[in-house]
Parts: sequence; structure tokens; C-alpha cells
Amino acid sequence: MRRVLVVEDSVSARAFVRAVLEAPDFATAHGGCEVVEASSGFDAMRLLPRSVYDLIVTDINMPDINGLELIRFIRKSAHHGATPLLIISSSHKKQDVERGLALGANAYLPKPFAPEQLKNACGRLLEATARAAPQSSGPHGAGA
Amino acid sequence: MVEGPGGRNETDKARDEFFSEAQELVDGLGRDLLMLDDGVKKGQVDPELINDVFRAVHTLKGLSGLFGATRMAGLSHQLEDVLDDVRLGRLEVNAAVLDLLFQAVSLYARLLSAEKGETPEPAQDVEQLLLALGQAAMRRSGGGAGVVAQYDLDPGLLGVLTEYEEHRLRSNIRQGFKLFRIRVRFSLATIDNALDELKANARPFGEIITYLPTGAGADADTIELEILMASRAAVDEIRTAIRGPHVAIDEVQRRAGQSMAPPAKPSAHPAHGSIAPAASSPPIAVVSIHAPPPAAPVPDVRIADAAPAEAAAALASRPGPAPAGREMSLRSVTQTVRVDIRKLDRLMTIVGELAIVKTAIARLTERARLARPTMTSPRELAIELQRLNRTFERHLAQMQSGILEVRMVPLGQAFDKLARIVRQISREHAKDVNLVVTGSETEIDKLIVEELSDPLMHMIRNAIDHGIEPREERLHVGKPPIGTIALNAFQKGNHVVIEVEDDGAGMDSTALVAAAIRRGVLSPEEARELSTREIMALVFMPGFTTKEVATDLSGRGVGLDVVKTNIGKLGGVVDIASDVGIGTKMTITLPITLAIISVLLVEIRGRLFAIPLASVEEAIALDEGQVRTVEARDVLTVRGASLPICRLDRLFGLSGSGASRTRSFVVIAQVADRRLGFVVDELVGQQDIVIKPLGKSLKKVRGFAGATELGDQRVALVVDVAALIEEVLSPGETRFLAAVGAEEARTGVVTVGRA
Repeated sequence: MRRVLVVEDSVSARAFVRAVLEAPDFATAHGGCEVVEASSGFDAMRLLPRSVYDLIVTDINMPDINGLELIRFIRKSAHHGATPLLIISSSHKKQDVERGLALGANAYLPKPFAPEQLKNACGRLLEATARAAPQSSGPHGAGA
Repeated sequence: MVEGPGGRNETDKARDEFFSEAQELVDGLGRDLLMLDDGVKKGQVDPELINDVFRAVHTLKGLSGLFGATRMAGLSHQLEDVLDDVRLGRLEVNAAVLDLLFQAVSLYARLLSAEKGETPEPAQDVEQLLLALGQAAMRRSGGGAGVVAQYDLDPGLLGVLTEYEEHRLRSNIRQGFKLFRIRVRFSLATIDNALDELKANARPFGEIITYLPTGAGADADTIELEILMASRAAVDEIRTAIRGPHVAIDEVQRRAGQSMAPPAKPSAHPAHGSIAPAASSPPIAVVSIHAPPPAAPVPDVRIADAAPAEAAAALASRPGPAPAGREMSLRSVTQTVRVDIRKLDRLMTIVGELAIVKTAIARLTERARLARPTMTSPRELAIELQRLNRTFERHLAQMQSGILEVRMVPLGQAFDKLARIVRQISREHAKDVNLVVTGSETEIDKLIVEELSDPLMHMIRNAIDHGIEPREERLHVGKPPIGTIALNAFQKGNHVVIEVEDDGAGMDSTALVAAAIRRGVLSPEEARELSTREIMALVFMPGFTTKEVATDLSGRGVGLDVVKTNIGKLGGVVDIASDVGIGTKMTITLPITLAIISVLLVEIRGRLFAIPLASVEEAIALDEGQVRTVEARDVLTVRGASLPICRLDRLFGLSGSGASRTRSFVVIAQVADRRLGFVVDELVGQQDIVIKPLGKSLKKVRGFAGATELGDQRVALVVDVAALIEEVLSPGETRFLAAVGAEEARTGVVTVGRA
């Protein structure tokens, strides 16, 4: 079972990501998928130390601490320093995205995206971790 | 969108979430714009408010894109560009720009409804607005240059600022504000509230630019934030304002050799809006709804139009009195109610109590089944059952009121939208109008709030269109140049009263009567019989919606018959009072909820009817000897006051058993301040019922609010007291009830539809 943390202040955007990643076709391809939702940066910081995640998906433009600040925090933390991190943002600010990648995010997917695009982006990042650390979440592609 | 049977359902749920979230965002956007409008008029625009507006549109853009609402995404994209220019200080926010933003809010409502497939897509209006937004965006100016380097700031901190935060930092530095670094440690569990408190304390002193988690000293339960704040105040002042055991505040020092940027004086800012820091006075919360029900009365909404001429100069944006606007609906697309979790907890507790009762009943049943006659007497069982029944009834009543409470929302939800309408219409008509709202915290059933928006909008439109005089005319008669519309709401027993009062020209009853006679709505003879109030009520008649009469009476009456009909459907009544030269007041009286009501069951000719208790004053025995006939109406004198009575058996055309009765009763009903006595054969009792709509065959019959099943297979029609009072006490309306008896006699049944 892969665990994905989605950090996004919009409830329906979170529901969208959950629907896509927990749909059988994607989930079975990755040995099952559980989406955990965080509605703010603080919410994410509460959740992160308490569990292991295989992928973190975050928005940038959020109230209080923004996605960039969250990314920096995650990258500095011992716990999730190496967890793959995907930025989803409808920000058309090149600067914001570049900063996110410079802070250690692995990829950027501009919003809006089609379900297929989200699946591809998340799929690639999950496969990368499965290769890097096969013991942590079971053999990739074996199904569940 | 997502294949597979499992995904399908999740996707639908996500889509539902989309509609309710988008609606909430649009509602919030409308409220923020009103505050912004207020700020622009005062020449003091809160950058945080602008950022909130930007964020709402930004989120809408993302969401509509995700859920395939292309046109909405396109509009949001363009709006976002304009708002981005505004928040980055490249575009001035003025009344003309606000016009466009307000237009966008009403377009969003239509786009959402179109997305649901309820209405056609307002393609043309979107195109027009896009064009106007594009023109507005062309008036932007360049941003600022780098002054940030003057400060001794951690490059790590600068690296995580979004473009907007960086802009705010620059803008504050340019205005000569000092920078402060506040380090605070929070408990992760309570950070949201603690941070809100800190923000509130910091707010009077300046602007918070960013919050950065330092990652230092943080275990799993605490977090340290580095907060960057700009302020004019001295470090000691800020230290006093933001105090706490885990707070450290330093001023960020200027790098050596950097000269001070010339501080801009606040007075040097143009009155109409380039962003001025809310340094000294926090913006007034104009309307607050999102927050938990306010304990104190919600502050008044004040909308005064500052410079209508400015709009004329601006773009293709001036909202003309477009036909589309007139058909616009304020109803929202969601049927969602957000509920305070504590209310649900209470309901859950009651469910627990009910479960205990259920167990007790099961145990009792078992005992009764096994009992030998010597062990448990039927009497003991009865006593036990009675006890359980009482407990059960109590919990059920709690449950019922708990659920009703969940359905209740503050009227402010409807009032917020009206404030927008007032702004729009007063700009269309170039009339200055203040909207003063009281009682927006008054709660009413969600369903009613939704249905109420449109009638209220009609009434307010009328008041501005035809009530409030043009500025010159007002000055001429010695009135204040700015007109006032008061929107007052309050609870009165089981009813909610809403008043719409203007200080306009008022209506002349002589002119009304003359027009009614000319229209053939009224004969001269009938006209003589009318009370002033009945004359005023003429404006609610369909015949009064025509242009001709409208002009005669300086226009009042457009669509008011529709208002009356719609309010009537909600079980309410609307009344009107007017004084020439002083103004007009319309009063809506509504039941608090439509869901479950207490009724008085009565019998008429062997049939059961239910009269809502909320409208019942008392029931007395009828003494036929006391009945007098006045103007072809039966009248009783009850405690010195005369009371018209209505014989329901005749009105409903009922015949049959009961004709030879020796005794009957009068149920005295009152709605608003009109009373009527209903003559019935028998008082059966009081009961809580769920009203269901009437079946198809009776749908067109007015005078009944619906029907109800009584639990013992019997069905009772629920009398629409307001409509009956109207029918009996108002002249010149068609008789509409005789058909009921006939229909019932023909089919032998009353059909109850599904709620």
C-alpha cells in the first residue's frame, strides 16, 4: 500500500486527486494507494511526523504558510527529507515554481490537469521510490 | 473522468464538492468585494483583502479547470490576471474595476447554474466581460524595483517568498516601514488558533509578510515559525502587542551604507485606491457570516455610491440596465448546509439515548412474552411502557429540534447578496443609496433563505427604481441627498419578520385607486369600500405590473405580484404601508421552518383538517346567537373586538355528516396582524406533522399548504392560513376553493405526493 499526502486548501481539488489516485486502475498498478488529505501547511506538518508517506503532493498558493515554505520544511526534516514531492499549482508565476523546484521538489504539474496527467506524474515518482527502496513498500508492479 | 466502478462514485462526490466549494468561494468573493468597495470609497484599501479576492479567483480558476468548466476557467484566468496586477500594485482598484468584479460575481452564479445544466450558458455576457477585463488590464503600470537587498535578510527566507509576498515586502520597504523578525514557538495541535490570535494582535501595527517554519527545535509536537512583519511602530510597541512565553522579536537591520528610502506619506496616496497599508485602522468587518453565529449584532452594511460619473468614463464596463440582469437569480446552486460539528455531536448523543430506550423496550417485550400471569401484571407493563414512551417522546423532541437547528442558517446569507444588488442597481440608476441592515443573524430554514433571495431582490430593485427619488429631487424636498433602504429582520414567535423600508417618494393612494379603476381591476363602488391598507395591497395584483400603470405611479409595482406569490409559497405574507413623501415599507412575515410543524387537528363534516398552530391564537365555542352579518360577512365580537369568521364547510363546499351538530367551535387564526375565525365542528387535538406537497390533481388549488399522514392511515389537508385570510378578507380576488370539495367527492381520496 502506497501512501500519498495531498496538501491543498481546496476541498474539491483534494477530492479530485483522491478520486484519481484511489481509482482501481491506478491503485492496483501501484500495489494499492491511500490518499491522506491535509487542508493546510500546518495540517501537513501535523501529519508528516506521524507516518511514512511515499509521495507528497502540494499546492503552492495556500493561506498561512505557503507551499514553498512547506517544501523547505519537508526537505530539512529528517523524516521526509527524501520523499518524492510533486507541486500542483495553478500559479502561472514562473518564479514561484522555480523556487519550489530549487527547494527540492521533484516535479511540477500545472493545474488544471487531466486525470491521466496526474496519474503519469504520480506514477513516475512512485516508481522511482519503489526502485530506490524496494524493501519499504513491497515489490513494484506485483499488484496487491 | 475516472474509469472503473469504484472511481465513478468518488468522482461524482468530488464534483458535488466542487459545486458547493465554488458556491462558497463566490459568496465569499461577493462579501470581500463589498468590503473592498467600502475601502476604496474611504481611500483605504487593505492589501490582505485584495489578496483574499485574488486567492478566491485563483482557487476558482484551478477548480473550474479540474472539473472541466472551461468557460468559468477562462473567466477566472482573465480575472486572476487583473487581480494579480491589482495586488502587485500595477493596477489601481477603483469603482470601474470593482464594477467588473461585481459583474463577475453574478456571472459566476450563472455559470455554475449552467454547469449543473439548469440554465443555458451565458456565453455572450462572459465574452463581453472578458473584453472589458482585457481593456482594464491594459491600463496597468510597471512594478517596483529591488529595494529588498538593503536589508539584512536570510537568503533562505527570501528564497521561499512567493512573488506576491516579495512584492508586499518591497512595497512596505518603499513606504519606509521597518521590518521585524518574530520567532514564535507553537504547539502543532493549537497553532491555527494561536496564530490567528497573533495575527489579530499584530494587525493594528502593520502587515505580516510571511510565515516560515524554521525547522529548528521542532519535535513532533511543536513548531517554530519565523514571521516577517513590516510596521512603523517601534520594536518595544510590537513586543508589547505580541507577547508570550515563546516569542522573540528583533528588528531586521539595514545593511551598512544603505540610505533610507524616502518614506511616502500616507496622504500622498491617491484617494481612490492604490494599495495603502492598513497600518492604523483595521478594516471594518462589513458582513460576517462565515464565522460561527455572532454573539453581538452583526455590524451594519453601508453602501454608498461615491462617483457614478467615474464609471461612465470607464470602458465598456458600465453595467447598463441589461435585460439579463433583470432575470438574474440570486439563488445559489448548492443545497449544502455546513454544520457546526458540536450540533452533530448533540444529535449523536440523543441517538445514543434513543438506543437505550430501544433496548429497554426490547427487554420489556421479552418480559411480556415470557411472563406468566402471576409475575408481571398487564398494569405493571403498562406503567413501564408509559414511562418508556415519555422518555422516548422527550428524546424524539430533542432530536427534532436538533435537526431543525441544523437546517437553520442566518438570513445574512441572503442579505449579503442583496448588498451587491443595491450597489449594482444604484450605479445603474446613478442614485446614491445606503443599505442599512439589521438582524442578519436571525436564523431561518436554509430552504427558505434560498427561496427568499429573489423576492427580496425584486423588492429592493423596486425601492431603488421607483421609491428613492433622484438626488436633485431629494434635495429639493429637503431630504438627505443619499437615499436609505433599511433591511430589518427579527424573530417574532414562530415567525421571522423581514422589513424592506425606503425613505423615497412613497405611494399616493388616490392615484393607486384611479389607476386600478382605469385598469378595470376595481369598480368605483368597490374602490370606495377599501381601507388604506387594502388600497396599498393593490400593487401586489397582477394587473399592476404593466408599464402604463407603472408610469402613472412613478413605476412602483413591477413584478410585485410575483413577490407575493413566491412569499405565499413559503407560507408567508407580505404587507405594504406607504406615506407620500416619506417612504414605503414592505413587511414579509414567514414561518421559521417548513419542515415539521405543530398543528391543531379539526374536524369539519367528518373530514380532518390541520391548522398550523403557529397561526392559531385560541379556539372558542361558537355561539350562533352572537354572529352578526356586516357587509355580507359573518362577524363575531370577541373580547370587545370584532372578528370576521369563515365557515370552512361552505368555503370548501363540503356536505355530509355533522350538519345536525349542536355545537361548533371557532379557531381564531392570525397572520401578521390580520385575524380570522374558522368555524369547525370539532377540535380533535394537537399533533406534530410533516407537511407533504399535494398530489397532482390538487396542485393548482390554493388555500392548502399541503397534506399530512397522521400515522393511523388517515390523511389531513393542511390549511394555508395566510392564503385563506387573504381570500376571505381581501376583495376582488377569485374564489379558488370551491373545487376542493368537488374533487374530493369525485375521487374519494386526497392524494398525498412525496416530499
